Amino acid sequence: MLAFDCSRRQFLGLAGGLAAFAGLGLAGCGGTTAPAGSTAADAALTGTVTYDGASSFQALVEAAAEQFMNDNPDVSITGSGNGSGTGLTAVADGTVNIGNSDVFAETKLEADQAATLVDHEVAVVGMGPVVSLNVTVDDLTLEQLAGIFSGQITNWSEVGGEDAEIHVLNRKAGSGTRATFEAAVFGADVPDFAGEAELDKSGDVQTQLGSTDNAISYLDFSHFDDTKFKAIKVGGVEPTSENVTDNSFPIWATEHMYCQEDADEVTKAFLEYMLSDDVQGSLVEEQGFIPVSQMTVVKDAEGNVTEK
Amino acid sequence: MAKQMPKRNLEKVGLSVTGACVALVTLVVVALIFMVAQRGLSTFFKDGVSIAEFFTSTRWNLAMTNEETGLPFTGALPLIVTSFAVTIFSTVIAVPIAIGAAIYVVEISPKFGQKYFQPLIELLVGIPSVVFGLIGFHVIVRAVRVIFNVELGLGILPGSIVLALMILPTITTLSIDALRAVPQSYREGSLALGYTRWQTIWHVVLKSATPSLMTAVILGMTRAFGETLAVRMVIGGVETMPTSLLDSASTITTTLTTSMAVYATGSVQNDALWTLGLLLMGMSLIFIMIIHLIGAKGAKARG
Amino acid sequence: MANATSVTTATSGAHAPEQEGRIRRSMRNDKLATGILAAIVAIVMLIVVAMVAYILFQGIGMLFQPGFLTEASRSNGTEGGIAYQLFDSFYLLILTLIISLPISLFGAVFLVEYAPDGPVTKIASTAIETLSSLPSIVVGMFGFLMFSVNFGWGYSLISGAIALTMFNIPILTRVITQALEDVPSSQRDACLAMGLTRWETTLHVLIPAAMPAIVTGVVLSAGRVFGEAAALLFTSGMSSPARLNFFSLNFASPTCAWNIFRPGESLAVHIYKIYGEGSPEAQHIVWGTAAVLMICVLLFNVLSRIAGKALARRMTAE
Repeated sequence: MLAFDCSRRQFLGLAGGLAAFAGLGLAGCGGTTAPAGSTAADAALTGTVTYDGASSFQALVEAAAEQFMNDNPDVSITGSGNGSGTGLTAVADGTVNIGNSDVFAETKLEADQAATLVDHEVAVVGMGPVVSLNVTVDDLTLEQLAGIFSGQITNWSEVGGEDAEIHVLNRKAGSGTRATFEAAVFGADVPDFAGEAELDKSGDVQTQLGSTDNAISYLDFSHFDDTKFKAIKVGGVEPTSENVTDNSFPIWATEHMYCQEDADEVTKAFLEYMLSDDVQGSLVEEQGFIPVSQMTVVKDAEGNVTEK
Repeated sequence: MAKQMPKRNLEKVGLSVTGACVALVTLVVVALIFMVAQRGLSTFFKDGVSIAEFFTSTRWNLAMTNEETGLPFTGALPLIVTSFAVTIFSTVIAVPIAIGAAIYVVEISPKFGQKYFQPLIELLVGIPSVVFGLIGFHVIVRAVRVIFNVELGLGILPGSIVLALMILPTITTLSIDALRAVPQSYREGSLALGYTRWQTIWHVVLKSATPSLMTAVILGMTRAFGETLAVRMVIGGVETMPTSLLDSASTITTTLTTSMAVYATGSVQNDALWTLGLLLMGMSLIFIMIIHLIGAKGAKARG
Repeated sequence: MANATSVTTATSGAHAPEQEGRIRRSMRNDKLATGILAAIVAIVMLIVVAMVAYILFQGIGMLFQPGFLTEASRSNGTEGGIAYQLFDSFYLLILTLIISLPISLFGAVFLVEYAPDGPVTKIASTAIETLSSLPSIVVGMFGFLMFSVNFGWGYSLISGAIALTMFNIPILTRVITQALEDVPSSQRDACLAMGLTRWETTLHVLIPAAMPAIVTGVVLSAGRVFGEAAALLFTSGMSSPARLNFFSLNFASPTCAWNIFRPGESLAVHIYKIYGEGSPEAQHIVWGTAAVLMICVLLFNVLSRIAGKALARRMTAE
């Protein structure tokens, strides 16, 4: 009798627990849909926009968000830079509103997932190899870079430097900077080479490179810092924005901001703002990026570069 | 009636409210185990990754596709080896220190132990793991660079040192409890036979406390095996077979932290990561079982 | 090892001078062992003190920097202050305690007072033990899939609080169970003999009697929750809103600080996020944040002792 009693209570408890979960779930839905509903009233924008993705141009998005929130005090824009892969997955899953990426969504997501996303190209950024301050080499060809980042060239003396082992610092596999760099250096045939460390963010690369001798890595131009490490030429071409605009410096990426097709009002408004003159006219260049309008060439998802 | 419920009903309310809470917790745990197992196993049964390959292949690269199978490279052996390596090395470093300290404060200077040592060691328990990681990243990695004359200083060795620091308080406090539980009469008997204090400790106290000390060590290992962020900050994160203690490597937990959010729910890569989660969960269950076995054996030995 | 042989032979009764030598040797070993043990203890204490001092020394300067504790962070956390992270940490802690305290309290009451010896109790306590041994990253993964993805809450404080709850429940249940078991059974028997139900006994006698131990345990567990990061990475997220309005009572508003469906970032997660950033300012912020975190944890530690003692004194004075 007692045993039966207990099992029944156990069952009731179970049911209660489930009900509690369901209740919380409903409350959750109510919470997230409310802002979307209230924007229908037009006039002042209210709502929340979340983003995640590439750390390379997160500073740009954040600066733009700051301005946007000054104009629209009831909007909250927040997010972080955990890598392009994370951003794309998150926007496809719906855990964030905007996914920032250095690469086309098609290269990271399944085709049917990528098809539901809307692309906004907000800027272009060059990315170049960077080396420790003690390295004497200041120019590497794409072939030499390919040798170093596939583990075939292991000593600086092989590329005209001093006799010292090369320490390769890579980014994690989800990184758009890594994808861009490898696409430019290796094309489609990327080797399985991890290097000596795989770091999470562009900032981590800055730190490690600044405190390590004889190391090489890659960063986007906006993360260059002459006091900690030096950016080197690729095939004799200086890593500058001017050289990127006509593809004479071959390693660069278009910065994409993806949202879902049925994104809410606020998200769309913010993305429009990113493409407006307020951002494109001044902020993009202030932050070390290149406005898309200045480019004389375009790159497609396969990495083919064509004249505009 | 309106003022006060009949006693019997009141008792029922009590039983059902408290029972519901316990049931809720149990339900959540069962749901968690079920969900992790379901997602983790679908790597093998839905996506068709070979179990043997998962546990024996040394190539882990989720971003690349294996031409032969059309699946990403999911050889988890390097991660498993690294996880065990850091766990074992950190235990080897921490155990002598922890048990030595426990002996001192229980057997040699109990007053000092209770008044100064224990509060201090409890403080160490409270230090968040990211803070350990931060110290590891700035102090231990730098020290490793200088001492071993390497460039990066990231790898299994600094990881083990950081973990040793983290599990030190766990093992120490539990060992202190274990040694305190040894009946005073054992010590008195031994001393009366003319043994020195050290001989008493070594032959009597430690021997009779062995099962509890082993429990302490295994609980420490459980913590080391599952620790995530502090290790991530000093280990480098390269998912290849470690060849030396000073090479970058990646534990199961490290790979989970850096890759989990990158791949969409339901993709092969994501499932493979859940399999790693399942592995972690399985290991912690095994650790618990070992503790129970030790407990049962100890109870049996005492009669 | 040398010891072991000396003892076995010493007891087997050898010649007198030989035995004297052995005794001298074992005395020497005794001194040596004591010295080594003392050195170990000294080293451990030195490490703890050095760690705490190092963190405070590195970070304490930031606390007096104007704006560090009162401004929002900028540039992905590498500039500005940590005001919202500080708030989020405490808010997450409070949410976690609101959820986990009643569950653990009643759960513990069930296990101590009601639970019949049998499979039900065994399963429940095994479940709690399992939960306590799970790595926090696994709890975080589960929370991410269950709450952030399946329930559609995204990165939100409530997802984080539930993940922390799962982490906290075993700790709290163990502490409260212990506290209830320590109440003398004479009190329990007296109440039952007076005709009170178990429920009344528990509510009016046992829980108040166990209160000092419970409070100590709760505050100590709060310290653990406060510093947890791995379970939060994928549940409450790695960013805090850029602006929060603490006076807004519109709980659905994304800028309302009290909205439990907004993303949030705890101090510990903040450290993990920016520990690798190279700029000197970011490094100052990291150490400052670590110092704040340490001070909070120390406060919890001290507070738990004081609160426990004070309550116990009041109880016994009555």
